[in-house]
Amino acid sequence: MAVTFNPKEHKEALQAFQGDLDRLKGGRGVLMQALHDAQTRFGYIPPYVQEMISETLDIPVSMIYGVITFYARFTLEPTGRCEIGVCLGTACYVKGSARLIEDIENALGIKPGQTTPDGNFTLTATRCVGACGLAPVVTTNQDVHGRLSRDDMRKLLSLLKDEYQAMTEKLEVEA
Amino acid sequence: MRMTRDDIKTIADQTVELMNLRGLPGDNPDGHFKKAVIVCRGTGCTSSRSDKIQERFETLIADAGKQDEIEVVRTGCFGLCEAGPVVIVHPGGTFYSHIEVDDADKIFNEHLIGEEPVKSLIYPDALSEEAILAYSEVPFTLHQRRIALRNCGHIDPERIEEYIAHDGYRALDKVLFSMTPDEVIETVTAAGLRGLGGGGFPTGRKWMFTKQAEGATKYVVCNADEGDPGAFMDRSILEGDPHTVIEAMIIAGYAIGAHQGFIYIRAEYPIAVQRLEIAIEQAKEKGLLGDDILGSGFNFNLELRLGAGAFVCGEETALIASIEGHRGMPRNKPPFPANAGLWGKPTLINNVETYANIPVILLEGAESFRQVGTENSPGTKVFALGGKIKNIGLVEVPMGTTLRQVVYDIGGGIPNDKAFKAVQTGGPSGGCIGADKLDTPIDFDSLKAIGSMMGSGGMIVMDEDNCMVDVARFYMDFITDESCGKCTPCREGTKRMLELLEKICDGKGEKGDIAKLESLAMTAQLASLCALGQTAANPVLSTLATFRDEYEAHIEKKSCPAGVCTSLISFFITEACIGCTKCARNCPVNCISGKVKERHVIDRDACIKCGNCQEVCPVNAVIRK
Repeated sequence: MAVTFNPKEHKEALQAFQGDLDRLKGGRGVLMQALHDAQTRFGYIPPYVQEMISETLDIPVSMIYGVITFYARFTLEPTGRCEIGVCLGTACYVKGSARLIEDIENALGIKPGQTTPDGNFTLTATRCVGACGLAPVVTTNQDVHGRLSRDDMRKLLSLLKDEYQAMTEKLEVEA
Repeated sequence: MRMTRDDIKTIADQTVELMNLRGLPGDNPDGHFKKAVIVCRGTGCTSSRSDKIQERFETLIADAGKQDEIEVVRTGCFGLCEAGPVVIVHPGGTFYSHIEVDDADKIFNEHLIGEEPVKSLIYPDALSEEAILAYSEVPFTLHQRRIALRNCGHIDPERIEEYIAHDGYRALDKVLFSMTPDEVIETVTAAGLRGLGGGGFPTGRKWMFTKQAEGATKYVVCNADEGDPGAFMDRSILEGDPHTVIEAMIIAGYAIGAHQGFIYIRAEYPIAVQRLEIAIEQAKEKGLLGDDILGSGFNFNLELRLGAGAFVCGEETALIASIEGHRGMPRNKPPFPANAGLWGKPTLINNVETYANIPVILLEGAESFRQVGTENSPGTKVFALGGKIKNIGLVEVPMGTTLRQVVYDIGGGIPNDKAFKAVQTGGPSGGCIGADKLDTPIDFDSLKAIGSMMGSGGMIVMDEDNCMVDVARFYMDFITDESCGKCTPCREGTKRMLELLEKICDGKGEKGDIAKLESLAMTAQLASLCALGQTAANPVLSTLATFRDEYEAHIEKKSCPAGVCTSLISFFITEACIGCTKCARNCPVNCISGKVKERHVIDRDACIKCGNCQEVCPVNAVIRK
């Protein structure tokens, strides 16, 4: 999904981000902090933001790009409104989380790492979230759902689909 | 307000008064509070809404005007995550499991007000005909020995006063005012503590090397990048007792001559990050971090650095690169970080659990620490017990305890009457241990001798339904994803091993594949740059050693004995079928036919092996073969 980052739409967030960058300036090894900040604020790290970081912290864009692509948490493309993370840690895997991921792939028509065309859902195969007592675990944004059977997953998915469908429609009406 | 040495005692005395019911030997039922409700707020329980449960108790108690009689405490992990959310009521230590928000009302009315424990909500294993067992008396807890986790489940991790009340920062006081740096290192060396992040390197020697290294600026680093899938020991310590790590790092700084520390922690652990931030802030406020700590003239500062999802960053040189703001790629050793680490300066790196033992060792002495564990591996080890086991959770046992004791006595064995197959220790770098080796004592050397490793402490139990070739494939998939790509044996070797494993799982295995796997495994082991590549083949080699017959079945008979590898299995409806039509209705490709009340048949050519039919069958008539 090709998305262009329009700085005008993010004026306030960019200003705040510039403030954070100015505070980090001069510190040692602060690039990771800047990238965490950017990822949280914008949901991804577009070239425009990479250049801002480059100019303020005096680090070549090539190096920034290298660091972004090394770490799983930093992304170059925006994630969906709802990020569905299926834990593929060992405890969840031996309890059948691979089945859950297959079911979601079939239901949403996307593979891990992809986003649905309507921008609602991103599917990710996450590493251990550390809630192994609840295996298998699926996260939807900040919420954690544990001990999920395939049937539970079907129900959860249909609830989420309805919820985000309604939200998108509402946004369209308002627009 | 900054603390003086005398304040440690004053704060401890004042706080202990208000912590009279915490499930510890010193409990005083006649003290300030008459009852205490302890709510587990570790990640597992909080994910099942224990935050709401805590709030509900607080509301109920406030509405009844009983705040001065009944205390509600938020703590770190109790250990038995399987039973979560967990609530414990003192005195008595009544152990409530799988609590929901509404249950709070019932416990409040019947137990806290009515003095009658709510039997229907008590953890089943704690109920016997004669009595209700306290949390400390159930089999899961009984066989453990908690040193690193000593405060988890007893103190509120967001209140420094409670840590101080439990001997907190007393080791620091002792070290700063009555010991020289060399004496500190001697004590740690004499205790025989070894690196609990998995390496097992003697901690005291590491401290000595860093102290002896030349250079005015040195650093202390805590490795909290717990990346092993299925491991959550470090997270639980940081969530339940963050100050113990902070105290240990200050002590380490004093011992090696460093004034700056960094904690490198996974960003995937939001609760642990938040509690550490709070703890660092509190320690600064009290003058336990910063300049002139407790008036000793010693300065030490601490900063948090967040990881960003790269398993290799658990390797110390990669971790250093990441803190410096680079791609987290390891480099050749030597020079070791003790001589050239962060920004080229001598750097001491220890893992969370190792640090958690330090205050105890310095307060109680090396001799007392050596009373627990074995000659070559003194102390305890924390494991995250998971997978196909009844009591999933966090356990801490003396070194030398056998795997069988952990799996059966503490773990409660395998659920659903299934047969034990293997236990995996050490995560993607470790190995699978079969039933014949269950009596191996857990210590660094014994586990290594049987082809596995201690690792950071993940312990995943597998039963007869797990295919060992598939498990090896799973770990290899993880490793190829996480290999940083710097050296060829790891980058290419793991990829080729994965291809072979996928081929075997897919039913396309050929004679000679096992030999190829073994050859690649040896190459990666011998020639890789860092521990990630050197140990990457362990899951393959250890499963080959114990479960070679499963590999052979996949290759020669084209069958998966455990019924996991979809390409090698087919579904079949037995005579037990009652013709309820449920399977046919749930089949996504309509490949099941049959009349009502008659045995149904699966068209194997059309079947996509999704397994729906087996799941919905009410009489277990659908089998895989």
